[in-house]
Amino acid sequence: MRKVLICAGTGCISSGSPKVTEKFQEELSKRGITDIEVYNTGCHGFCEQGPIVIIEPDKTFYCRVEVDDVPEIIEKHLLGGQIVEKVLFHEPQVDKKVEKYTDISFYAKQQRLVLHNCGHINPERIEDYVANGGYEALRKVLTSMSPQEVVDEIKKSGLRGRGGGGFPTGLKWQFTKDAKGDKKYVVCNADEGDPGAFMDRSVLEGDPHAVLEGMAICGYAVGADEGYIYVRAEYPLAIRRLQIAIKQAEEKGYLGENIFGSGFNFRIKIKAGAGAFVCGEETALLTSIEGNRGMPRPRPPFPAVKGLWGKPTNINNVETFANVPLIIKNGADWYASMGTEGSKGTKIFALTGKVNNTGLVEVPMGITMRQIIFDIGGGIKGGKKFKAVQIGGPSGGCLPEELLDLPVDYDSLIKAGAMMGSGGLVVMDETTCMVDVAKFFLNFTQKESCGKCVPCREGTKRMLEILEKITEGKGEPEDLEILEKLAYNIKNSSLCGLGQTAPNPVLSTLRYFRHEYESHIYDKKCPAGVCSALLEYKILEDKCVGCGACARVCPVGAISGERKQPHKIDPEKCIKCGSCMEKCKFGAIVKG
Amino acid sequence: MADVTLKINGIEVTVPEGTTILEAAEKAGFKIPTLCHDPELSKPGACRICVVEVKGARNLAASCVTPVAPGMEVLTHSEPVINARREILDLLLSNHPEDCLTCDKMGECALADYAYEYGVRRGSYQGDKNVYPIEDNNPFIVRDMNKCILCGKCVRVCDEIVGYSVIDFINRGFKTKVAPAYDVTLAESNCVFCGSCVTVCPTGALTVKDTRGKFRPWEVKRVKTTCPYCGVGCNFDLLVKDDKVVGVAPNPTSEVNGRFMCVKGRFGYKFIHSGDRLTKPLIKKNGELTEASWDEALTLVAEKLGEIKAKYGSDSIGVLASAKCTNEDNYLLSKFARAVLGTNNIDHCARL
Repeated sequence: MRKVLICAGTGCISSGSPKVTEKFQEELSKRGITDIEVYNTGCHGFCEQGPIVIIEPDKTFYCRVEVDDVPEIIEKHLLGGQIVEKVLFHEPQVDKKVEKYTDISFYAKQQRLVLHNCGHINPERIEDYVANGGYEALRKVLTSMSPQEVVDEIKKSGLRGRGGGGFPTGLKWQFTKDAKGDKKYVVCNADEGDPGAFMDRSVLEGDPHAVLEGMAICGYAVGADEGYIYVRAEYPLAIRRLQIAIKQAEEKGYLGENIFGSGFNFRIKIKAGAGAFVCGEETALLTSIEGNRGMPRPRPPFPAVKGLWGKPTNINNVETFANVPLIIKNGADWYASMGTEGSKGTKIFALTGKVNNTGLVEVPMGITMRQIIFDIGGGIKGGKKFKAVQIGGPSGGCLPEELLDLPVDYDSLIKAGAMMGSGGLVVMDETTCMVDVAKFFLNFTQKESCGKCVPCREGTKRMLEILEKITEGKGEPEDLEILEKLAYNIKNSSLCGLGQTAPNPVLSTLRYFRHEYESHIYDKKCPAGVCSALLEYKILEDKCVGCGACARVCPVGAISGERKQPHKIDPEKCIKCGSCMEKCKFGAIVKG
Repeated sequence: MADVTLKINGIEVTVPEGTTILEAAEKAGFKIPTLCHDPELSKPGACRICVVEVKGARNLAASCVTPVAPGMEVLTHSEPVINARREILDLLLSNHPEDCLTCDKMGECALADYAYEYGVRRGSYQGDKNVYPIEDNNPFIVRDMNKCILCGKCVRVCDEIVGYSVIDFINRGFKTKVAPAYDVTLAESNCVFCGSCVTVCPTGALTVKDTRGKFRPWEVKRVKTTCPYCGVGCNFDLLVKDDKVVGVAPNPTSEVNGRFMCVKGRFGYKFIHSGDRLTKPLIKKNGELTEASWDEALTLVAEKLGEIKAKYGSDSIGVLASAKCTNEDNYLLSKFARAVLGTNNIDHCARL
């Protein structure tokens, strides 16, 4: 039977997929066609191409599908067996339309394990998950493995925390298992907050049962009968799908009392976060679940010993839990065969920025940055030159071109001054100012600092002020030293991971792009032409034909000149808006 | 509980398991600065000024919350530690009004003491400072949030000791501050003005309104006394300057109440030197109250009570005692009522 899979992830919904779904149903029923199934799936990770429609079993990938395209797809493809060219994906590198998703370079080089169900099953139907082997792993552990065997299997797999820190998951489970207590909890950290990262949201929206199954397996392994999913309130669709999934799993007996007749009980509750980035930090998250203001608490005691309401608690990230059923089903050896020595399995990245293909990509650990950006991401947009990639969000760092062949794994990234983080990858080209980037992230961490400890609250503010000063052309030579001293002290003495990593974007840009800082300070120039205070717009006399278009568009009357004579910009009046440069057809206006 | 042996600045120290580095260091005679730590409150590990170097650890450890471990090697005053403490003081002073000369906390300000100890003369960062209006729309406490270092002691004392939870942190980042819900003033909140927050505040952010500008801490003599307001028996110090009571301050050696008091004991001392206070007996003569001697007054009272008792009987007399009197005084009054006057009509005002 032919199937029409229409993406109903947050991205495709906002680009109009619900109307496309309706239209398909309407047009098919109008034609009396009943042997074609239409259903919604979770995210494909290629949101910029939404709404995405897949025709199975043909593997046809239609993108940016509009309501008006639907009759043609039905007539031509579903009834006529011909491809509808105009809604095919255009591969930018080879300038060619591609029919099947398996042939799109964005997907071809990915290894979609955690995301294998996303985009292919209906996340609101537990039957789809079960039909694809869902809850088999839970059955396996409950009917044939001891809790210690489960912990050992996870240890053997080499799985490390996907939330950013990269702590060995099996070891964490062991700590919680060994902790004394009659009541224990399992908590899923779904407080995804790095700017641009949305892998956890996609997994929750596209394959919620995988997370529930992973949590239940963890509950059995560590001896917990209750789980919490802490998910940000800004993810209403993820929350709704989780609610549906929990209800369905309880109805089927995969959650609740005496699961698979094993005597094991496990229930899961959802706690919606209130939008604080710091609540992604595990102790702040637990404090928030308890109903208090989300602020981190000192460790030790670690949550494994004293977590939620003072009870031993195992806390893992969404992606970590989603890996668990795969490991149990396919075995630790299978899992450990992927990746590098210290980082096993795959990792999902949110690839964004100045790259041709943006979206979610799942790749084996150890792949190089170059492969991700150029093979999967299709290279830099507009033929511009690659400059840096920011990995790990506000806690991470910027890596330069020299490190493009660095294998992407936990330890190499730390060594290079960045970190895996939750997997944000922001690609920057030659038009990006690295001081400006550092300023952006510091502004973020300063605003999101919980305010509890002095180095983070006051220190990031002063770092931000110095960066602002530099981008305004008021930087002084000693500012770099002060930045480095502050960064060192903040990293060394802050209470939680937020403060301890907040200076990373500054330190990594200082390490790899120090010359850009120096240009701002000594030459009062922004080499990338971004910092407006350091820019000057000029009219090239030999190119200007004196058409006057620039003078007419200038909002402050800074441009003057006789008709058919070269014009001039008054730097005193110019507000550096760039309108004149955009307007000039002769390339006679330059900035620098 | 087992003992743990560790080295602090090269000296071996043995302490019970679960002891913090701070406590162990104190035992070994090393003074570590603290701003947010209070032995009677929960430990947030927030201010970070107590950081120490622990050999092998990735970062500096907050000694107030880090438990000792066997074989641990701790440096309480190494170069990175001193640098971190100076940085913290610098950051705090950079967002602090430089008005120590007129600050009521001068002389007992922890921030000033550490700035002195670590040689941080003033904040070196010339950027923004938070500017908040000074709040003094209540009779007892002045809140100057410009001087607040967000140690959170006031938040914890209000929650953990007083049980009112009137205040907490609001906002984020540099704009974080302590406030009642919805950022109203204390007067508009359900604050009971027990003054415990003032007691634990390490800076001049929370001060007593009545005594502002009246004295410096080194000018007063502290006289321990028992609170006259109720029968609980709280102790505290009267602050005496030029033979006059100019204020009240908690005395941590008080067995009943420690450092914590209620609004009456904390702020209700001004009756002592009040001009309205009776200092001599008054007898109404020709409709006017006129001064009399104690002999004269007591003789009159005895005569009148005797007359009434003889004429109308004992139960025509009622006695009203005061909760402000000591138990001994009230016992005597009860005896007087029952044994001398012969009546059980004795009661007291339950509250003051």
